[in-house]
Amino acid sequence: MRRTYIDLHLCPSIDQTERVKALLEKSAEMGYSAVGIAFPVEVEEKHIDETKKICCGLGLDLVTRADLAPKSARDLLATLKKVRRKFEVIAVYCNSREVAIQAAKDRRVDLLLFLNDPRRHFFSASEAKLASEKSACLEINLSQLILSEGLSRIRLMGMLRRDVMVARKFGVPIVLSSGASEPYMLRRPLDYASLAYLIGLDLEAANKALSEAPRSIVERNRRKLSPDYICPGVYVIKRGGDC
Amino acid sequence: MLGRARRRYILAKIDSEMMPSERDFQKVLWSSIIRLFGEYGASHADISLIEYNREARYAIIRCQHNALPMVRAALAAILKADGDRISVHVLLVSGTLKALRRKMQNIFICGE
Repeated sequence: MRRTYIDLHLCPSIDQTERVKALLEKSAEMGYSAVGIAFPVEVEEKHIDETKKICCGLGLDLVTRADLAPKSARDLLATLKKVRRKFEVIAVYCNSREVAIQAAKDRRVDLLLFLNDPRRHFFSASEAKLASEKSACLEINLSQLILSEGLSRIRLMGMLRRDVMVARKFGVPIVLSSGASEPYMLRRPLDYASLAYLIGLDLEAANKALSEAPRSIVERNRRKLSPDYICPGVYVIKRGGDC
Repeated sequence: MLGRARRRYILAKIDSEMMPSERDFQKVLWSSIIRLFGEYGASHADISLIEYNREARYAIIRCQHNALPMVRAALAAILKADGDRISVHVLLVSGTLKALRRKMQNIFICGE
């Protein structure tokens, strides 16, 4: 079966429809079958519908996503309560250790994002262990790797290589995404897989991180968000009088 | 006894508003490889630009077969050429130039 690729992290400015369209057109041209767009938490439904329409025309499957950057664990819990059922994927920027631990152990969080700053980078064995128990994934935005240069790229590559090693040791799934806000930042899936070679992911693992890992998150969450979902393992199979 | 060098031919599409000259593209390709892998790594890649077509916006690059991931990563990391934004996408990889040109025709016919 032919592999289908998903780019879970596009971050255009939603109110500029032309730029969103250009980014989506480029994604379709690059060979992605589904794309995740980071919407602001308070986004209006009409923006989501508009984007869905563009995606439909291009043959892309739109995954709605929210990127949270909470200041504290309490803040994270409050925001999750409000937005979890509104978006298909929830990603959390772990700006502090407290937030990183809370996000890693919360079942409602799908993706963990960490900062490039080595003093504020909180992905270690403890977070990885919690994340692997609650099926949260480590997300790596490859546009950072393309855009940085010199010493900052050397530091970033070292940090990401360490993250990949820790994630693999504790069985935390890795999701590779573009993190692109402009079309020129996008690359083909296989080019991203080659870039992942720089951070210690072999071609097979990189392909998995670009296709199976994001797909399983999307499928799991769509099942959960469907009206037929009752609780883990319990679904409505049939409705009506003849049940 | 030394075996025959195994090579890979890469067809790359160049995406840019202002297409760089052949010389600029070559410069940017080498500098990307050297920035990522250093001079020692670049010496293993043994890259050369076989063909560069400004009108059709493609380039054919040859490299050592075991340096293919390095070259692909370096191509993906190219962001600017002569001050203009540029992105390079690998369309095809082949073991011989003849096979690459054959597959290339399919791509360009389908593209039209």
